[in-house]
Formats: sequence, structure tokens, C-alpha cells
Amino acid sequence: MAILRTKLRPFGAARYVGLVGFVVLAACLGYGQTTNSCLDCHSALPDPLGVTQEKFSQDIHAQKGLTCASCHGGDPTSDDPDKAMSRKAGWKGKIDHKQIPQLCGSCHSDPAYIRQFNPSLRTDQLGQYRTSVHGKRFAAGDTKVAVCTDCHSVHDLRAPSDPRSTVNPVNVADTCARCHADANYMKGYPIPTDQFAKYTTSVHYQALAVRGDLSAPTCTTCHGNHGAAPPGVDKVQNVCSNCHAFQAQMYEKSTHKKAFDAASLPGCVVCHSNHGISHPTDAKLGTGPDAVCMQCHTPGDRCDQARAGLQSGLSQLNEAIKNADQILRVAESSGMEVSEARLGQDQARDSLTKARVTIHSFRTDLVDQDIQAGLKIAAKNLQAGKEAMSERNYRRFGLGIALIAIGMVLAGLRLYIKKIERP
Amino acid sequence: MSSLRNVSNWLDERLEWDDLIAPLRKKTVPLHRLSYWYFLGGITLFLFVIQVLTGILLLLYYRPGANEAFESVQYIMTRVRFGWLIRSIHSWSANLMIFTAFAHMFSVLFLKAYRKPRELTWVSGVILLFLVMGFGFSGYLLPWNTLAFFATKVGTEITGQVPLIGKPLMIFLRGGEEVTGATLTRFFGFHVAVLPGIATLLIFLHLLLVQRLGMSIPQKLEVQWTANPSAKQEMKFFPNFLLRELMAWYAALAVLGALAAVFPWNLGVKADPFVSAPAGIKPEWYFLFMFQTLKLIPSKVWFIDGEVLGVLAFGLVGLLWLLLPFFESDQPSRPKRWITGLAVFALVYIVGMSVYGYLAN
Repeated sequence: MAILRTKLRPFGAARYVGLVGFVVLAACLGYGQTTNSCLDCHSALPDPLGVTQEKFSQDIHAQKGLTCASCHGGDPTSDDPDKAMSRKAGWKGKIDHKQIPQLCGSCHSDPAYIRQFNPSLRTDQLGQYRTSVHGKRFAAGDTKVAVCTDCHSVHDLRAPSDPRSTVNPVNVADTCARCHADANYMKGYPIPTDQFAKYTTSVHYQALAVRGDLSAPTCTTCHGNHGAAPPGVDKVQNVCSNCHAFQAQMYEKSTHKKAFDAASLPGCVVCHSNHGISHPTDAKLGTGPDAVCMQCHTPGDRCDQARAGLQSGLSQLNEAIKNADQILRVAESSGMEVSEARLGQDQARDSLTKARVTIHSFRTDLVDQDIQAGLKIAAKNLQAGKEAMSERNYRRFGLGIALIAIGMVLAGLRLYIKKIERP
Repeated sequence: MSSLRNVSNWLDERLEWDDLIAPLRKKTVPLHRLSYWYFLGGITLFLFVIQVLTGILLLLYYRPGANEAFESVQYIMTRVRFGWLIRSIHSWSANLMIFTAFAHMFSVLFLKAYRKPRELTWVSGVILLFLVMGFGFSGYLLPWNTLAFFATKVGTEITGQVPLIGKPLMIFLRGGEEVTGATLTRFFGFHVAVLPGIATLLIFLHLLLVQRLGMSIPQKLEVQWTANPSAKQEMKFFPNFLLRELMAWYAALAVLGALAAVFPWNLGVKADPFVSAPAGIKPEWYFLFMFQTLKLIPSKVWFIDGEVLGVLAFGLVGLLWLLLPFFESDQPSRPKRWITGLAVFALVYIVGMSVYGYLAN
């Protein structure tokens, strides 16, 4: 530095400018250099050891300021691999599969620690995991069952709200299916592997994956996530009732509830199935291939008669709504103002929906009340449509008369003009 | 007939009725193969009268205000006896009036009827056309439906592009920064009080000038008839021309009635300022050529904002259009051909851009 100072002395002020420039340049060159020496090497390594800066920067932990050493230990500030990965510096190497739940739980079960990053994040995941089928089997020494990283991924672990996260609602089913739909992997476990295939045909999957309705259920909605387990035969309606509350209330008071409980039948699942729940139609009440009642009941018995009555009532209301819709559509396309009746049609449709919900009470008198209410509204709307159509015809008739009258006046005027202009 | 004559005599004794209508009896209309174009002004006037009458009837039930306007028009359309007919005629008549006003203007332009001494007739007529478009713009919002709401939003935004006075003008028109119930109240005021007042005065002036200066005849014919006055052919205004005009009015009434009965004017859906604008929203057909032009101008032309440039250009063209007669030659034998060319171009441009705008996504 003394030599540099001596050499720069003749340049006076320029020397200071040069020194400042040097400092700025050095700072610029230094900027962006990582203090995480792990990535310097591992970004160049092939899988499974390879982790690039780009991949790790997507990880929620990296974004919150955690580094490789937070999980793996070691000294990431050292460029010397021996020092960086020395046991003395606490380096743990590859985390053993068996240690993963405990390692993750060391932070995620610590409310005081987690509060620093996200005060609303739950800290009972490890506790819940231990109650899950996965957790119990894991504790019994089964290393094939899922641990945290199997579902959440690792090194590019994203927050569940991120659509790219493996545990985002739209991706959960795919994540579960990685194991549960793999017949080879699931060999030895006494459960089927067609749940995902069935789920993709279900009304729930349609709502979630096709319509993008994030409130629609995926695997974890019914089975839980960290505490994942089958709901249990007698608890199925409790799971379904989280969303289908009215149906559950009706079912709870019904004769079927007692009968199903006595026969140890799984409530809702008896008629609707579980993973492959299709969109329920009135055909379920029928006698065709989609029918469910006749799977247990005898043709011609009292219940069969009630079933036929319910189906006929629903179909009558459906037909009445369609008829009113049709005439209102024609009236509207003819320019008639029928918005009030169109709005009324929504009420009729609501009655139909309500009747379909009330079916779960298995009481014909209650269902009939809703059907009659809907029929009354649909009849009123049909009448409004008919009146609009007859008004349209009346207008056109009036127009015809007016045009004849105008035509006669025009002819009269023409004749009068001829008369006064006659030479 | 005798009772009618008695009434006429009674009026004549008191008001000297015959002297009042004497100028009408003396008035003549030139008779030639293009005389039927003279009916257009009268039809426009007839449609204006229809507008005033149906407008007054609508006023009996219409309530301006964001919470009431749509419902009151719905009430007119569904509950008021013949309310649907009155509203449909009002809406169809408005559109037909704008169409006939445009047609009348172009007929005057092609027949060169704006020449000396009728420059002021042209000027008052063009201002009336602008006013009629103002009627259309202000009236369109009054039912307070979705299309009207967003069309007004876009329309007033374009006004806001005028340099210097644009923003204050937009706030004045809207009654604030946004299109709200205050805008509706203002537009109602413009539509039923301000514009009709100015329009009525201008219509009187326009008719007075037509009456004073007589009907123009095509230039070629003017030269021929000046050289040979015996070739001149005329028709009495009263009653011959007026009876024919009456026939045209009746025909217009028949068209209006048919349109109102077969295609009642749609009410649409009530405006909701909190929903996004429907896709592909467009203004009424008579603003479409300007709207489409503004859409086609690049966002920046040199250093000027494209929309500002468009608005300024339309303003300048409107002003020059108003002053067009003052560029015309005084000599009927030496007409300015470029004005006819310009008229052809304007007609093709307006029709072409309107069709393009209608078909464009």
C-alpha cells in the first residue's frame, strides 16, 4: 500500500478517485458471491447429490434465510470441502430416512422458533404424524411409508399455497398417487391401489382439477394430511358432513342411519361410494344400472313404492322447470321482458335442489313439500311465459291492424294528391 | 267540412290566419328527378317530434338515480300499459333519427345545397347533428344497464383525452372521477332539458333559414334554369309537397311501429360498477366509426399519445366539416370537385369503419 501511495501521490485528487473506484469494483465483484459453499460443489454434482442454486432458491426455507447447514450441519462458509463437511463442524451428511420426521419436527414442533417466521403456522405436524397410519408403521420400523420429504419434496420445498407445491390442493392427489397408485410399491399392504384412478372419475376431482374449485375435496380433505388415516366405517358421515351439512342432518334423523349402523355399513358410502363418487342424478332412485335403492330393497315393497314416488316427484318438477325455461327463452328472444320470471326460475331450481337434499331424510312427506313448492313456482313462471307469448301475439296483431290503417291513409293521400293535381 | 270552414273563419277573423299561412301558400318546391331527397329533413323533424312526445310520456314513470333508473324502465316495459311500445318507439326513433340526420346531411352535401346563400343553414344543421348524437350518448345511459354503463365509461374516458380541458370536462360530465349515480343524474338533465332546449332553438333557426332561402336545386339544373327560366318546374309546398311529406311521415311511422312491435328494445342487465366490463364492449353504431379509428391508431405516433391525436383529429375534422360551405365556390358553374370527393371519402370511411367496428372482435 505504501508503494501504491507513493506512486499515486503525484496524481493528487485522482488518487482518491482511483481508490474509491477500486473499493467499488471490489465490492461489485464480491456481490452475489454465495457464502454457502455447499451449493458451489453440489450444483455441479449429478442427482441425487446435485442441488442447484436455482432449485434451492425456490425452497421456502432458503427464502426464510435457512441454509444447507440448517439441516445438514457443517460449515458452509468454508471453501475447503474437508472443513465444510467436517464432523467437528457438526456435518451430518445425508439425512437418514428414519431421522427425517424428527429432524423436521425439531423446528416445526417448536412454536417459539416457528413464530419468528409465520406465527399462524401450526406446530402439531409431528404429533399428528405419529397418530397416522404412516407414522404408526414408521414407528414400527416400516421404512417404505411416507415421511415429510416424500410428500413435501426436498431442497425445492414450496409453501402449500404455491400452485407448484406438491401439497397444494390441486397436486395432493398426484402426490399421494405416487405411492398409493403404484401396485408394485404397495405390494404387501392390504389396501387397493385404484383409489386415484377412481378419484379422477369423481365429481370431486372434476370440481377441483377441471373447474379449479379449491374448496373441493382431495385425499387429505377426508383422510387428513399429517394424521392421514381412513375415516372408519362409522365416522364416514362425519367426514362428508363437513361440506354436505344439510344432507348429513337429514341422514342423521333417518331410518337408514339406524339400519346402516346396525349393519355396520359405512353411511354415505353405501349409496355414493367413496373415491369414485359420481355426480348424483335422480337415476339413483330408479331401477336402472345407476339405481342404488334396489340393491337392498325388494321390488314392490313399501320402500320401493316410496322410492318410485320420490323419483316421479323429482322428475315432475324437473320437467316443469324445463317447460317454463323453454317458453321463457322463446319469449325473451322475441324481445319480451320476462326477467322477473327468469329470476323466479332460480327459485324453482332451488326447490328442486332442496328436494334432492331432503331425499337424505328418506321421508316422502318432507320431500313432497319441497317438490310442491317448486311446482307452484314453475307453474307461475310458465304462466308468465304464456302471458308474454300471448302479449307478443297481441302486439303483432295490433301491428297488423296499424299497418293496414297506415296503408289505407297512404292510399287515401295518394288518391287525394292525384285529385288535386289533375289538370 | 262546413264546420271546419267555420272554425277557420273564426280564427281568421281574430288572428288573420290567412295572412299567417300566406307565405306557405306562396312557397314552392323545385321539381326534378332528385326532389325526393327533400323529404329527409322533414322525416328527421318528424322523428324528433316523436322523440319529444314519447320522451314526455316516459318521463311520467322514469326515475333518474342509480338505484331506481333500471327498475323504473323495467316497470315501464312490464307494468305500464303500452309502456313497452312507448319506450321501444323512443329508442328506435332515436336511432332512425340519427340515421336520417346523417342521410340528410350527405344528401345536402352531394347536391351541394350548402352553397351560398345557405352556409348558415348548413352550420345550424351540422350543429344539430352533433346535438342529436349528444342526445344518443346521454340517453343511452338512462336505463342504467351494463352495456350503457360501460359504454359511458369508455366514452367519457375518451373525452378525458382532450388536451388541457379533457380531464375537467370528463369530471364535469361524470359528476366526479367515476361513472356513478351522479353521472346518471347529469346525463338525465342534459337529455331532457339542456339538449332539447338548444335543439329546439336551432331547429327553429334551421327551418326559418330553409323558409327564408327556399329549397336549393342541383348546380347543373340551376345553370340550365337560369339560362332557360321556362324549363323551371315547381310544385306548391302547400298542400302538394306537404301531403307527400305526410305520406313519408306515415311510412316512417309504419317502420317505427313494426320495429317496436317485432323487435322491442332490449333492457339488458342492471349495471353493476363492481363487475368487470363485458368482453368486446362497443358503443352505439353511430359512434362506431370513431371508436374503431381510435382503436387502430398506434399508442404512440411520434411523440404524441395515439388516443390524444385521434381525439384532436376528430375535433379538427368536425370543425372543418362545420365550415365546409366557406370553402365552396360562389359560382354554380365552377363547383369545387374536391369537396364532392371528400364527401364520397367521408361516406365510404364512415360506412367502412362502422362495418369493420361491428365485425371486429
